[in-house]
Parts: sequence; C-alpha cells; structure tokens
Amino acid sequence: MTVSIVVVSHSEKIADGAAELAAQMAPDVVILPAGGTTDGRIGTSLEKVMAALDQVPNGGGAVIVTDLGSAVMTAESALEFVENPADVVLADAPLVEGLVAAAVAAQGGGDVQAVKQAAEAVRGPARQPGAPVLQEVEEGSVTGSGPDFTGDFELINQAGMHARPAAKIAGGLSSLDAEVHVNGVDATSMTGLMTLAAGKGSVLHVEAWGVDAERAVNYVGGLVQAGFGEP
Amino acid sequence: MVALDVNWTVKWLTLCAQAMAEHRVELIELDRAIGDSDHGENMDRGFQAVLNKLAESPPETPGAALKLTAMTLMSKVGGAAGPLYGTAFLRAATSLGDAPEIDPAAWAGALTAARDGIVARGKAELGDKTMVDAWTPAAEAAGKAAANGSNEPLTVLVAAAEAAEAGAVATDPLVARKGRASYLGERSAGHRDPGAASSALILRAAAKAAA
Repeated sequence: MTVSIVVVSHSEKIADGAAELAAQMAPDVVILPAGGTTDGRIGTSLEKVMAALDQVPNGGGAVIVTDLGSAVMTAESALEFVENPADVVLADAPLVEGLVAAAVAAQGGGDVQAVKQAAEAVRGPARQPGAPVLQEVEEGSVTGSGPDFTGDFELINQAGMHARPAAKIAGGLSSLDAEVHVNGVDATSMTGLMTLAAGKGSVLHVEAWGVDAERAVNYVGGLVQAGFGEP
Repeated sequence: MVALDVNWTVKWLTLCAQAMAEHRVELIELDRAIGDSDHGENMDRGFQAVLNKLAESPPETPGAALKLTAMTLMSKVGGAAGPLYGTAFLRAATSLGDAPEIDPAAWAGALTAARDGIVARGKAELGDKTMVDAWTPAAEAAGKAAANGSNEPLTVLVAAAEAAEAGAVATDPLVARKGRASYLGERSAGHRDPGAASSALILRAAAKAAA
C-alpha cells in the first residue's frame, strides 16, 4: 500500500500548490493538503488536519510535512488522536523540498519511515535553521589530505569555552557528515566540550573524519578565530 | 459553597469568552508589540466557537466540557495558541475523567496536567516569557491551597488566579526564548507576554464563575 502525505501549512494556497507540485512527480501517491483555517484565514486547524488524515487509504500510513511553528504543534496534536500511531509520522523537513522528496519516495514504494527519512534528508548541511553560517578560515593551520583533517586553534575570547561557544560548535557540527573530536572529546556534545574547561589562550586540537571533515575543521576554526563573536 | 460541576464549568467557559471579547484589543496590542498581533482576535474567535459548541451539544461532566473546548480551540484559533490551549484543556479533561464534580485537589491536578501539556506541546520552560510562566505558579498555588486543607473551592480558584496574574506581570522584564517574540531577542523585554496575559484571564474567569 502506498504511503500518503499530508501537507499542513498556514496558507491554504501553499498547501494546495505544494501538493500540486509534488503530484507531478508522484502520480500514484495520495497527497492531502490541509492548509489555512476552516474559515479561510491564515493559520492551522486540527479539524482540517484530522479530515485529511481520515482520507488516508487504509493500510498505507501517512507522513505529515509542515511549515512554521504552530503547524508543527497542530500536527503533533492530531497525532494524539490517531488510532495507530505507528502508521502516521511527522517529518521535520522544509515544506516544499521535503514534500517532493517524500512524494518521490512514496511513489517508489517506501514505507512510512523511509518516506519520512527521504523528506528529512533534503535538509542540506549548514542549512539547518539556527546553525551558524560556515566561515572561511583565513589564518590558522588547517592541514591534512584525503579524508582526515586536523587543525589547531587558540581561544581568543575572554571567557574561553563556555556554554554558548560549546553550543555553537556542537550545534553546527551536528548537521555535518563528519566525526569530530576536540582535544579528544566528541565535538557534537555540548557538555563534552564544556568539560574541557578550556580558557582563553588554550589551544583546541580538532580532528575530523568523514565526508565533511574539512568543512568541520574550518567551521570550528572559523568560530574560534572569530572569538565566537564575543569580546 | 459552590460545587465545581458541569454548570460551573460552562459558566467558567462563558466567562472566558466574555473576558476574551472584553480584552480583545488589549491582547492584540500586547501581541503587536512582540508577536504577530493576532492573539486577541484568535482567542475571541476561539472562545466564541466554544460557546456555540457548548450550546449545540451540552456536555454532561466538567471533563466533557473541557474536552469539547480543547477540540474547538485546536480547530478554530488558527495560531499557536490553538494547539497550546487545546492541549492544556485536553490534559485537564483527561485528568478529571468522568467525575461529576471537581474538588480542590482535582482542580490542582487538572492545572498541573494542563501546564504539563503546554510544556510538552510548546517545549517552553519557566522563564521563557510564555504562558508557562502563568500556568506554573497557578498550578503550584492551587496545589498548596488544596494541600492546606482548603475545602472551599473558591479559595483554591482564587489562589490559582492570583498566582497566574502575578506570573503574567512577571513576564514583563523577561527576554522571550520561545515563539515569534524570541526573534526580537532583547527587544522583547518590557512587554507582557500575550499568552501569559490570556492565561491569567482564563484562570480569573474560573474564580469569577464560583464567586
């Protein structure tokens, strides 16, 4: 049974238009728009989302894609009323790109988890909301070749490695396809970084493995050399 | 001593609708300062829809009335307040079950369940300048009043209402960390959170309905 997709947007036009766009690439997939409120305003409505879920053909399951904040909350509320929660999942993906990827995956016969993953995979590295923009390293000592990269960077900000810098490093790295260590600890772990207790003047030794290893080292180096934007 | 039965519940919800209509402009102004200025409009519309639903299919228990309210708010409010208040009323309804009357301990339990629902849905914590800052002290005050052996429902309702009002006022200096207002960062300080303000109105209406 083909997985269906429910599109929850604040705007009826966005939901309808995105569904129309995705349908071009996935003619056999049921794509159900649930945009706007029941009285045609901008907003989201549990009633509309539930009505869309009711139209999901039996046995196929559904993946929900959403736009902004309260669309996610309305979709999550709807999930509380679903009879078989394993059959309906929410994808954390950009609406249009996520929907198209999900529709193509559903057309190809993917199950709900595969369709959800296809939607979520479109979120490219460094485009994650909240993730700082990658910065070029102008100085520093990035070295290495092949898949492994390393770099040594001196902390120049007064406060050194505290919660905010640790969050910036860990948060940005989580969207890269690389395993990264800073002075031996997992650099995607904010608490790990904080346990380094590295003050101003300490040198961070960064080691990275994987496809995005070079970007990862550049990313950490860029933040450190910019003093994390702090004095 | 008034019984917190289904009649009280319907009166409470009716007073909520009145309060949202009366404070519509005030909530719009609060939301204009740090949000998208639709909160007063949305809450007014949402509770008017609740009144219509209550008239269409009169509930038999307090829990049933709150569940109807939850579903209606989630469907009719449109903004973030819909799923947040919807979840709050739904969790409160679940905690009350089929009981024909709410005693002080059950009211405290319902407020705690509502607060937990808001936290689960919105992922906000105390001090983030959200409605959580009104519901958390309200649930705690109701719990304390109930634990002090108050058998008078009005005492517990008033304790919760006063704590919610104080909690809403206390959001004034805070910097928002959740929702649309968080985009403003430091500039969100100096304005009351609209969700905390409407939460205080809802809990004050509960006390008024028993007075």
